[in-house]
Amino acid sequence: MSLHADRVSWRRGGALVVDGVTLAPQPGQTVGLLGPNGSGKSSLLRLLQGVSRPDAGAVLLDDEPIQAQGRRSVARRVAAVTQHAETDTDITVHDVVRLGRTPHRSLFGGGSAADETAIRAALDRVGLTDKADRPWRTLSGGERQRAHIARALAQEPRELLLDEPTNHLDIRHQLDLLHLVSTLEVTSIVAIHDLNLAAMFCDAVLVLDRGRAVAAGAPAQVLTPQLIRDVYEVDAEVTHDPACGRVSVSYVLPAR
Amino acid sequence: MRADLAARRPARDAAPAPEHRPGRGRRIALTAGLLVAGVLVFLASVGTAMTLGPADVSLVNVRDVVTNHLGLSQIPVRVSEDAIVWQERLPRALVAASCGAGLGLCGAILQSLLRNPLADPFILGVSSGASTGAVLVGVLGLGGAAVGLSGGAFVGALLAFGFVLLLARYSGAGTGSIVLAGVAGTQLFSALTSLVIFAFADSDETRGVMFWLLGSLEGMRWDDVRLTAAVAALGTGIALCFLRALDAFAFGEDVAASLGIHVTRTRVILLVLTALLTAALVSVAGAIGFVGLVLPHAARLMFGQRHSRIIPATAVLGAIFMVWVDAASRVAFAPTPLPVGVGTALVGVPVFVLLLVRRGRRA
Repeated sequence: MSLHADRVSWRRGGALVVDGVTLAPQPGQTVGLLGPNGSGKSSLLRLLQGVSRPDAGAVLLDDEPIQAQGRRSVARRVAAVTQHAETDTDITVHDVVRLGRTPHRSLFGGGSAADETAIRAALDRVGLTDKADRPWRTLSGGERQRAHIARALAQEPRELLLDEPTNHLDIRHQLDLLHLVSTLEVTSIVAIHDLNLAAMFCDAVLVLDRGRAVAAGAPAQVLTPQLIRDVYEVDAEVTHDPACGRVSVSYVLPAR
Repeated sequence: MRADLAARRPARDAAPAPEHRPGRGRRIALTAGLLVAGVLVFLASVGTAMTLGPADVSLVNVRDVVTNHLGLSQIPVRVSEDAIVWQERLPRALVAASCGAGLGLCGAILQSLLRNPLADPFILGVSSGASTGAVLVGVLGLGGAAVGLSGGAFVGALLAFGFVLLLARYSGAGTGSIVLAGVAGTQLFSALTSLVIFAFADSDETRGVMFWLLGSLEGMRWDDVRLTAAVAALGTGIALCFLRALDAFAFGEDVAASLGIHVTRTRVILLVLTALLTAALVSVAGAIGFVGLVLPHAARLMFGQRHSRIIPATAVLGAIFMVWVDAASRVAFAPTPLPVGVGTALVGVPVFVLLLVRRGRRA
């Protein structure tokens, strides 16, 4: 296991937003981070990326604290697709994906053949090859997210962190995107709101509540009516589909 | 379900169409060609600008004067022509070019760094601090003759920038608060400048200071050329080390950080660089507006969004542009000179409108 959070805590603006969380994904897995708004999903992702320092515990990358390693060197192994990554410039899709080569390039060296190969492979992987020359502003929401994922893939990471990548996408694009993420050859850690999508696409989930990890494991084991009640304060029915071994959640309106 | 999705979209796994992207060698050749072309246009512009003005000087005379002074020839030239070209028009043109390149560069850096298309070199209060410093020296006589308008302006500019940075630091240090702190600083120092002018200056002093504030290239000497050219060249050199980082800021600081950029360090270095550069140029030639705001946009419209193109293109375009603006402002109302800052907008806006319209047609 190369990226691993060991009992990390982080105090942000006086509040403890991450409280003793341990996360150790298996290589190649897709891990879902679940929890209500403000439960610490984004904060945990920031710690895992190494851009913020935990107050206690440590994030280890290849058995060394991530903070002690150079930012460029970390960016060659861990890529992130953050929320609200928008731009007003007329940058093309190809140039967006090319940004992913930033940690691989020297100060003055131009693009190498390896760069161009990685960019093409990433564009191909997300199905944007034929849109490489399109300016950013002409892309749909789903295409923008795919371009960001291609940019992250061009970093050639082993770990990919995604913060609510399906936000604002219609259901087909949500399914497409998570299918893409779950079939990538990298370890993916995805903050996600939709429990059914998490059950469909994640190999494992970690549930956060007010900064604490309250449950972890396979979605079918973790997503129980009791847990959903405790964490989200919502009544739900959970049904198992023995054919595919998956659970699905349907919510029950509180009687008023 | 996963199998379904994969089956529904087989095209995604199909081989991509072969792409025809210019190879690396061709791209470098193209960039080099454009740079050489830019430099040639610049030299031609300077040469032509030398012939413009009340006194008639031919292009051949200009060539003779320049080669004589460079020690390449010893062609007899009339003393008056020599003085007009070598002592008056050439230093002006070269200071104008350095200011155009340097201010354009600062604008390009700040627009990308602050992710704000309205950012210009003066957004962090540098020019209004310079004007306060200049009026304190010019009107109140603070520091005496030893300091001079330029010295006062430079110190004022740096004080204002320091004030803005402190303000930004205590208001959260995001790009938004940097811009807001810049607005506050600019307003404060502009008000101080006006206060000093209204309270203490007579009308002659006011006119002199106002003229300088709008940007003035009157009486530029070779000392000024050396200073501004060195500053602009150094600034360009440092900016060329940050091309990747500037590209990476396109989607904001979080994305830049995830790409391995040291966000805080990069931001501090580039903010200080632009502030020093702007302060030095403003203290020599006054607050020449418009160049720093619009030239970077012109470079983007012409050469795309990569900073490896934007930075050199802005510097070269800025230099060429300012040479023509300086010539126009010398000639337009001769013998009364027009403040260069007025000229930049009068010449620049039509050019910019043309570029915007072209872009609108393409989209």
